[in-house]
Amino acid sequence: MKKLLLDTVKRGAIVGTVAVSALALLLTSCGEAPPAPGGGGTEKAAAADFLGCIVSDSGGFDDQSFNQSSYEGMKMAVKDLGIKMKEAQSASTADFVPNLNQMASAGCNLTVTVGFLLAEATAAAAKDNPDLHYAIIDDDTIKADNVKPVVYDTAQAAFMAGYVAASVSKTGKVGTFGGINIPTVTIFMDGFAEGVKYFNEKQGKDVKLLGWDSAKQQGSFANTFEIIQEGTKITNNLISEGADVVMPVAGPLGKGAGDAILAANKGGKDVKLVWVDSDGFLTAPTYKSILLTSVIKTMGQAVESIVKDDVDGKFDPTPYVGTLDNGGVALAPFHDLDSAVSADTKSQLEEIKAGIIDGSIKVESKSSPK
Amino acid sequence: MSEPEILPPAGALDSKEAGAGAGGPKAPWKTDNEANGSQLMREIVSGNAMISVLAVLVALVIGGVLIAVTDERVVTAFGYFFSDPGATFGAIWAAISDAYGALWRGATYDPGSRTWQGRLGIFETLTFATPLILSGLAVTLAFRVGLFNIGAQGQIILGATFAGVVGFMMELPPGIHLAAVVLAGALGGALWGGIAGFLKAKTGAHEVIVTIMLNYIAISLVLYLLKNQLRDPSSSNPISPRMHESAMFPLLLGPNYRVHAGLILAVAAVFVVSWLLNRSTLGFEYRAIGANPRAARTAGMLVSRGYITVMLISGGLAGLAGVTQLAGTEKILDSDVAGSIGFDAITVALLGRSKPWGTFFAALLFGAFKAGGTSMAVNADVSIDIVAVVQSLIVLFIAAPPLVRSMFRIKEVRREGVPA
Repeated sequence: MKKLLLDTVKRGAIVGTVAVSALALLLTSCGEAPPAPGGGGTEKAAAADFLGCIVSDSGGFDDQSFNQSSYEGMKMAVKDLGIKMKEAQSASTADFVPNLNQMASAGCNLTVTVGFLLAEATAAAAKDNPDLHYAIIDDDTIKADNVKPVVYDTAQAAFMAGYVAASVSKTGKVGTFGGINIPTVTIFMDGFAEGVKYFNEKQGKDVKLLGWDSAKQQGSFANTFEIIQEGTKITNNLISEGADVVMPVAGPLGKGAGDAILAANKGGKDVKLVWVDSDGFLTAPTYKSILLTSVIKTMGQAVESIVKDDVDGKFDPTPYVGTLDNGGVALAPFHDLDSAVSADTKSQLEEIKAGIIDGSIKVESKSSPK
Repeated sequence: MSEPEILPPAGALDSKEAGAGAGGPKAPWKTDNEANGSQLMREIVSGNAMISVLAVLVALVIGGVLIAVTDERVVTAFGYFFSDPGATFGAIWAAISDAYGALWRGATYDPGSRTWQGRLGIFETLTFATPLILSGLAVTLAFRVGLFNIGAQGQIILGATFAGVVGFMMELPPGIHLAAVVLAGALGGALWGGIAGFLKAKTGAHEVIVTIMLNYIAISLVLYLLKNQLRDPSSSNPISPRMHESAMFPLLLGPNYRVHAGLILAVAAVFVVSWLLNRSTLGFEYRAIGANPRAARTAGMLVSRGYITVMLISGGLAGLAGVTQLAGTEKILDSDVAGSIGFDAITVALLGRSKPWGTFFAALLFGAFKAGGTSMAVNADVSIDIVAVVQSLIVLFIAAPPLVRSMFRIKEVRREGVPA
């Protein structure tokens, strides 16, 4: 039923879009006809024949999470490299194979599939079409000459977020929750937990983490990536238990968390938000005033660079692992809340980053790419 | 909720006797509201095939309008509509013919594709139609007894889960393995449907509410199992291991096409349900209960038994749809195994006018929408949501007239005069 509701909302949005575009058409219909098309300009030779394709999982390309970032990466490749592009959204698991068949049928040189759920379908398509290239986001189970896995050791950046969250907490409690208990979510929570623990060890404090137990791999989950209000509910619970920094790892539910925090702060609290996946300061500006930082996975850049390599004839199937070292994962700037973070903490964060990169600080997560 | 004085005579009579309940304890909450509901259902399911065809056509026309006004070429050409109106019409034609052309080719035959799978989309249509036929039959059968089985989704999930347990956890000889998978799937679905039927018969709990709630329980249950007992040990993600080859439906046309022997099962199910409804004693009871439960009870039929058995069979059919998904195409169980099949099944049953063969053809049409929709999204760059809009419009056109009457309590005008 959730899906049904969501679809209804989507359909409503389409009808709205149609109404608006019809109005726009009416307003602009008095222009001049363009001259007949003349000879085309010079095109970027190889890239213009390159067909880059992307298949989403059931989140769709507007999920404000990995589908969207990957999609934007492909769009950037179209803009910067001049390639052609085809896209297909999957409404459910059953759409994966047909979508990939369509892409093969259209002759896509490189097909990017988003999410571990597409692993089976991607492996099959790659086997059937050895002359075409594939890249899969957030999965490293496929070993094939024409498939490039793209994974992220998100725990590294989340570790830094946990450290800074613990350092700014006045109540001595920070919180997190996830959408669904799956590795790509819990890797954030593991890293965050490790960061809090590291802060306690180094600073002799006892900041508590609510909403996640790394040892048991259990915690607060909304069990949805769709119902935003669930994010509000869980965040309200975390706040009432005393958390004053909250990191939602639940795609669109982050907005629900932001709303809960804005409301709580109006009531006299001082709670801060940690965004994930993208820099929330840019993608969710509503929450600028409460946004401490973000744990970023730079999927867009990864997708664009894989496309670029393939266009240049340099495709290779070695997995891409996003780390602090190669900039695949990062901690976003503090932006408006820069003054909330002490200079000491900032310099410690630099040391931590260097320590994680050179291996002197170990970030443990059961979900880290092996 | 409603005002008895403006109800049609039949409804008023129903409301007086509503306290009798459905073969169980007294059910005071069953007021004339429910009588109204069953009348609404009768109207929805008893329309003729022409309405279905017209509903599809009108929905496609409106879909075409949506495609045209959201198309960039049309928007650009409309910018200079008054200096060159022909360009706009040309662009509209191009947009709609591109989109529906791709839809048609994707669902049937596309000579321009570079792969075999892409060239003969008709087999994709059949592949998509297979679970829709079975789950559509599930909804159809329940409709005929006067029950709204909104729980096909949950029954599919349970069916697929049971089938999966047999299919990837057990080793059995070929042939027997597949048979066991099919039986287990039917059992899983029947169990889930049976719960709703049992609660309806014994306590009067409304099947719509119960089946919706069971959908939620099913999805949470399968996710829990996938994270624990059923998880593929080699993966950290909540997905099951692969089904054993011996547990899979054989492919009907070789490895190039996904169409599998589950289709034969589905067609057989159409014959069986058709026979059940029209030729068997049980089917006669079902139709009698669907037409008027109180009259059926007076005639000595066990209405409560009817509710339980029909939900067992209906759930079993939906469970088989889950089997065809898992053992036919998906191979691996995940929490999204039912996709939107359980809800599409309701539309299919409505479009098929709750007749087994009607449901079959409606499922074929929806299979074609699925197969062609992908091609339309990729090749004509039209959002696949347009297909969803067309499907929703179909429901609207089929359900709307009686629905609107029921909502506003307008009496249906009967030409023959006042009903007795």
